[in-house]
Amino acid sequence: MRPLTEEETKVVFEKLANYIGRNIAYLVDNKEDPHIFRLQKDRVYYISDKIAKFATSVSRVNLMSVGICMGKFTKTGKFKLHVTSLSILSKYAKYKIWIKQNGEMPFLYGNHVLKAHIGRMSDDIPEHAGVIVYSMSDVPLGFGVSAKSTGEARNLQPTAITAFRQSDIGEYLREEDTLFT
Amino acid sequence: MGSRRHKNKQGAPPSYEEFEAKKNKKDQKRKRSESVSEPVKPNKKKPSFDNDKKSKKSNVQGKKQRKQDDESEDEDAIRKRQLEEEKSLPQVDLEELSSAKKSLFDDSEEEEEEQNDEFDLEGEEGEEGDEFYDSDEETRERPMFSDDEEDMEALSAANMEALSAKLDEEAALEEQEAEEELLQTNIVQPRAQILPTEEEEAQQSSGPKDVNILRTRMIEIVKVLEDFKNSAEEGKSRVEYTNRLIQDICDYFGYTPFLAEKLFNLFSPSEAMEFFEANEIARPITIRTNTLKTRRRDLAQTLVNRGVNLQPIGPWTKVGLQIFDSQVPIGATPEYLAGHYILQAASSFLPCMALAPQENERVLDMASAPGGKTTYLSALMKNTGCIFANDSNKARTKSLIANIHRLGCTNTIVCNYDAREFPKVIGGFDRILLDAPCSGTGVIAKDESVKTSRTEKDFIQIPHLQKQLLLSAIDSVDAHSPTGGYIVYSTCSVMVEENEAVVDYALRKRPNVKLVDTGLEIGKDGFTSFRGKHFNSKLNLTKRYYPHTYNVDGFYVAKFKKIASSPHDVSKAGAYEKESLARSEAEEEGIIHGDFASFNDDEDKDLIEKSKARNLKKKGINPTAKGKAGKK
Repeated sequence: MRPLTEEETKVVFEKLANYIGRNIAYLVDNKEDPHIFRLQKDRVYYISDKIAKFATSVSRVNLMSVGICMGKFTKTGKFKLHVTSLSILSKYAKYKIWIKQNGEMPFLYGNHVLKAHIGRMSDDIPEHAGVIVYSMSDVPLGFGVSAKSTGEARNLQPTAITAFRQSDIGEYLREEDTLFT
Repeated sequence: MGSRRHKNKQGAPPSYEEFEAKKNKKDQKRKRSESVSEPVKPNKKKPSFDNDKKSKKSNVQGKKQRKQDDESEDEDAIRKRQLEEEKSLPQVDLEELSSAKKSLFDDSEEEEEEQNDEFDLEGEEGEEGDEFYDSDEETRERPMFSDDEEDMEALSAANMEALSAKLDEEAALEEQEAEEELLQTNIVQPRAQILPTEEEEAQQSSGPKDVNILRTRMIEIVKVLEDFKNSAEEGKSRVEYTNRLIQDICDYFGYTPFLAEKLFNLFSPSEAMEFFEANEIARPITIRTNTLKTRRRDLAQTLVNRGVNLQPIGPWTKVGLQIFDSQVPIGATPEYLAGHYILQAASSFLPCMALAPQENERVLDMASAPGGKTTYLSALMKNTGCIFANDSNKARTKSLIANIHRLGCTNTIVCNYDAREFPKVIGGFDRILLDAPCSGTGVIAKDESVKTSRTEKDFIQIPHLQKQLLLSAIDSVDAHSPTGGYIVYSTCSVMVEENEAVVDYALRKRPNVKLVDTGLEIGKDGFTSFRGKHFNSKLNLTKRYYPHTYNVDGFYVAKFKKIASSPHDVSKAGAYEKESLARSEAEEEGIIHGDFASFNDDEDKDLIEKSKARNLKKKGINPTAKGKAGKK
């Protein structure tokens, strides 16, 4: 387990900025309970400083996970956010989409968000911006990228895609074998 | 079926008091009608009425008798004896046993009722049977009232005293007779032959087993064992009955004889039957609310809206819900995926509640996959402090990590060590939960393979590992922790070898720990002695759970408090060193136990003679006198 290099930090933060924008500042500047990013194998974990110190006593081969896993670096050096980061993304989300009850299950089965399923969405979403998807009762369901800006989306057909799904909590079941090791 | 059972319930045999009271009433009535000279119309009418009823009854019985004819004779005898027992034994056992498998036993219950009726007929010299009690209660009561009035008219002040004295006297006499009669009927009943003869056994072993016969016989044997003195067949020993029962259990439920005997020895015969029965029924599906994300009431509301039928598990937990049925898969609802709840057996709440971790403590879960208990601990600590979730199986850490992330536990470190590596990896924990790997004899309902796969070797090897794990856990705790210093040991096994014996071992090896109360509301106390083995007297502070008592999985929970540190706490021994140490120790003990205790009968002859004489004296026989008599 080691801190991220400058290069890695840049890649990770660029990715995060898509979804939470300037709110990244809250992630790194938490005076009461400072949190840090750590790299273990190819995965990036976001953990409280105290816990990170305890985790140093566990050897690298035996450490399976610590705190919250944000995502992993691909072999080509890109950073891929995992659904496990949803709790953090949803807390600081910039653009939000709420989907109706009848759209919940299709989304959780890995489909994109259709216009017909949208109950509400933030007013100022630009095209191709990272969005967090919620149910109508404010339960975060996943995240993705907007296909159209809010204004354009108003004029879409009901069957048209409004947001492309990137990750959803259905992956806890579908991807259990690959997601966590 | 319901109505039929209801009818059967009505005809329960009268208790002794009732029986007597009824009898007295009748006698008095008869006497009065004799003593009073006036003709009493209602009474005269009544006998014919009675006769009518009787003839009807005998008809009915005739039919039923024919129905029974195909059954063997000794079953008749069995029933008679049952009847006798019903008089002396509390009814509850029978009821429970029979209600467990209604379909099979309903008929015989009915038969029993009939038997009761016959008995009543005999006993009361041709009074109407129980079955008709309700229907003609009114007609019976009314004449009596009219009788009384007529009596009053006939009485004069002069003969009143004499009459009443006479009545009293006769009543007393009748009562006495009734008592004698009752005693006699108790004695006369023959004892039934339940155990099959050798021929029958040979016949049965060749062909396929008849489960109905097996079942009936098991219930009979249990009843005999409950009251062995009075109901056992002449010349049969308790061992014969027990062996037969264990073999029947193996045939009926599919256990290996070894495991069946082991489990059977844990309970009284009737409780053992309940245990085996309960292992055939699946426990209810339960879920635990993740208090990090939601509240139980909100969760229950959303799930009810999805068409789930649920209810709180019980007053002992504030986070558990029991699922009765559901229109949606309970493990794939959006709430489940969002981490609002986790599917978790009710029994696995218990060790977490016993450990009761406080906020900002450092806790270790030594065998944590798949994470039900770990996430509960995290929720109890409100995501503060630090939890080390360890599991020795790398493949199983996958589901552990998934659950930890899904339920949003941010204070966990997941590691993959042999748990015996602690405290070498890191020690000084405030609390440790050791839910040890076990034989799984408490969760047979969940995993049937335990019935056949466990052998004697398992019950040596598994406790061997458990002992090392528990010692490692004890050594990894900080005795001077201001808030903690506790260790909770739990297994999903009901075996004494894996529970009390392991805890007792730890108490012997580590004098710096003591058992404390688990703080759990439910559960039975642990054994302080078992089949000749005596454990630490404090073992009654531990808790046992059985499937048939609380409808949770079989479970065991013990809670230790570490009161002082020991040199072991800083030992750098890893799993390998501990294993070799434990093995050599076991071998050493084995040598002592193997060779130490053999008897030399020749040398002990004097002592044997002496103790024999002493035993005779205890029985009130003079050994010397007997000896002389023998010589003559």
